[in-house]
Amino acid sequence: MSPDPTSTDQVRTDQFGPDLVEVFGPSQQDGGPDLVQLLTPEGERVHHPDFDMDFSAEQLRGFYRDMVLTRRIDTEATALQRHGELGIWAQLLGQEAAQIGAGRALRPQDYVFPTYREHGVAWCRGIDPLDLLGLFRGVDHGRWDPAEKNFGQYTIVIGAQVLHATGYAMGMQRDGVVGTGEPDRDAAVIAHFGDGASSQGDVNEGFIFAASYNAPVVFFCQNNQWAISEPIERQTRIPLYQRALGFGFPGVRVDGNDVLATYAVTQAALQRAREGQGPTLIEAYTYRMGAHTTTDDPTRYRLSADVEHWKLKDPIARVEAYLKRNGLVEGGFLESVQQEANELGHHLREGCKSLPDPDPRGIFDLVYDEMPEELTQQRDEFIAYHASFSEEGASA
Amino acid sequence: MKITLAKGLNMGLRKAMEDDPKVLIMGEDVGTLGGVFRITDGLQKDFGEDRVIDSPLAESGIVGTAVGMAMRGYRPVVEIQFDGFVYPAYDQIVCQVAKIHFRSKGKTKMPMVIRIPFGGGIGAVEHHSESPEAQFAHTPGLKVVACSNPVDGYWMLQQAIASDDPVIFLEPKRQYHADKAELDESVLPAPLFTSRVVKSGTDLTLLSYGPTVKTCLKAADAAASEGRSLEVIDLRTLSPLDMGPVLESVRRTGRAVVVHEAHVNLGMGSEIASRITEQCFFSLEAPVLRVGGFDTPYPPSRIEEDYLPDLDRVLDAVDRSFEF
Repeated sequence: MSPDPTSTDQVRTDQFGPDLVEVFGPSQQDGGPDLVQLLTPEGERVHHPDFDMDFSAEQLRGFYRDMVLTRRIDTEATALQRHGELGIWAQLLGQEAAQIGAGRALRPQDYVFPTYREHGVAWCRGIDPLDLLGLFRGVDHGRWDPAEKNFGQYTIVIGAQVLHATGYAMGMQRDGVVGTGEPDRDAAVIAHFGDGASSQGDVNEGFIFAASYNAPVVFFCQNNQWAISEPIERQTRIPLYQRALGFGFPGVRVDGNDVLATYAVTQAALQRAREGQGPTLIEAYTYRMGAHTTTDDPTRYRLSADVEHWKLKDPIARVEAYLKRNGLVEGGFLESVQQEANELGHHLREGCKSLPDPDPRGIFDLVYDEMPEELTQQRDEFIAYHASFSEEGASA
Repeated sequence: MKITLAKGLNMGLRKAMEDDPKVLIMGEDVGTLGGVFRITDGLQKDFGEDRVIDSPLAESGIVGTAVGMAMRGYRPVVEIQFDGFVYPAYDQIVCQVAKIHFRSKGKTKMPMVIRIPFGGGIGAVEHHSESPEAQFAHTPGLKVVACSNPVDGYWMLQQAIASDDPVIFLEPKRQYHADKAELDESVLPAPLFTSRVVKSGTDLTLLSYGPTVKTCLKAADAAASEGRSLEVIDLRTLSPLDMGPVLESVRRTGRAVVVHEAHVNLGMGSEIASRITEQCFFSLEAPVLRVGGFDTPYPPSRIEEDYLPDLDRVLDAVDRSFEF
């Protein structure tokens, strides 16, 4: 009797390759051999065969300033939450390089779809950080005009905005602003999301649509290792950037704590998209030094040794080290940035407390473009009901 | 010209696309196939692949990318292939489509139409015969309409596309190819968000929308032979509800029966009965009665006729109303 080729004893498990968990173990903290890096944690410039570029002293000082001010936005907002001025705050501590590198790679005509943590990218888009606080204070859902700043509303539902970004990019294609060869005209979209969002259907559907239509969108995943308390091992068995291959576009892992590398990689991906070459997935390998939000307690689920390990990779310290070593901080540069940060802190402290509560009558006004009569009626009843209290007060 | 509902919708889409180059169609199989019900037949051929977009098989992806298109200034018309397949897109519809205008303080408009062939009676397998309208009508920020005949299909779809608010557009799939009606384009349509008396009567008001309007008209004919005069109102708009003609009618007849295919519990009938009770209490001769699908999943199609409100169940409810 000849052996049955389909019988189970003929199946060799090693045909399926090595155990992926061994390839991508939970203890890996250096980002692995594929990590694109241009500035080491010690502040030394290194070179990369594909993504190397030259930076002017002015650019480097600009990155430093952006990161220090972004960190100040974060620490100030965290303090405001502790003082009861904000209901909640989503911290970005440790992710400054990922956001500033990505944010500064944008051109004015590009469009950003953020999560609720992109305070550094918002800074790069010229949004007053005070305008970010309204959502967290509960007075509005974000005060900036998305169309004016080319920076969408913060999106709370995880991953939903990745589809919006893809659709917006498809709109750009139809508007003829992709692949024209005119630098001021060609545009792209960047969609931000986290490692947790990579598990969402919408993110994966976004990848499929973008690949299908070759949409000019850069998927920028900040892998900060934690989705609240769920570790990256709960989201994936392979490095996230490798997923791109399965969708049919390039993926790259960049040191998310290295602002130079993040800038270089994002700029290349955006340029690729603007030229009409389609989507790219960037995995910015970083670490969330703070909590998920101010309601979270990371000491319950992660080791302090990990946090200490990542402190050594601080994105600001390494640029500062580089600037000092190369004599780029003369003329009181560091002090002037510190002074600016203090002023920004003051602006946020004072401004936050004076953010006005919205007029309750406004609840009704902007639900629809054209307000239905039944809602007008509810509003009128509400106004009359409230007015009845002041009339009672006046007559008493 | 005599047209079917399917033809009316197809003509309405074509007219909207001719009138406004920002109108796009997106969905599964809407291009070369013309949609599984052929509602988009011939449109890709005439308007191209950039405007009639055959999409991957992913409902959340279709609606979510349409949100992005709308943000970029387009007016996407999305086709959900069947009612029961809208649920994967439910999050995008109720959390994003419905709320973006409010969230952005009106700065970002969401002029999107989500077309859903809905209801049963076509002998389909499960998930192909559902009536999810109450789930969307319960969501502030969405407008929900249902057409019941070819002429309304032609006009209401164009009006929905012209609206700057997102509209869930329900199409009674068992009527697509059922009856023909005369379309006279010189007769201008009623506003989109209005209900309409489609048959006058004096003794009881039948309220319905979509596929069961036809059932109610048949019931009115049958009741007439028994000497009862039933008024039939096609609600047409479910959110907002246009209660004006309804209240006026019920104050006159003193009796109302609401008919729909969806589950009765917490369905549109509950809201309508509640509003009638609040506003016409002293005119009522009987409680407002509801006829609908049972509070069960949609059954296997061999027994769907027992589930769907038919002529006899409507007439039975009419009899019960007169027993008070």
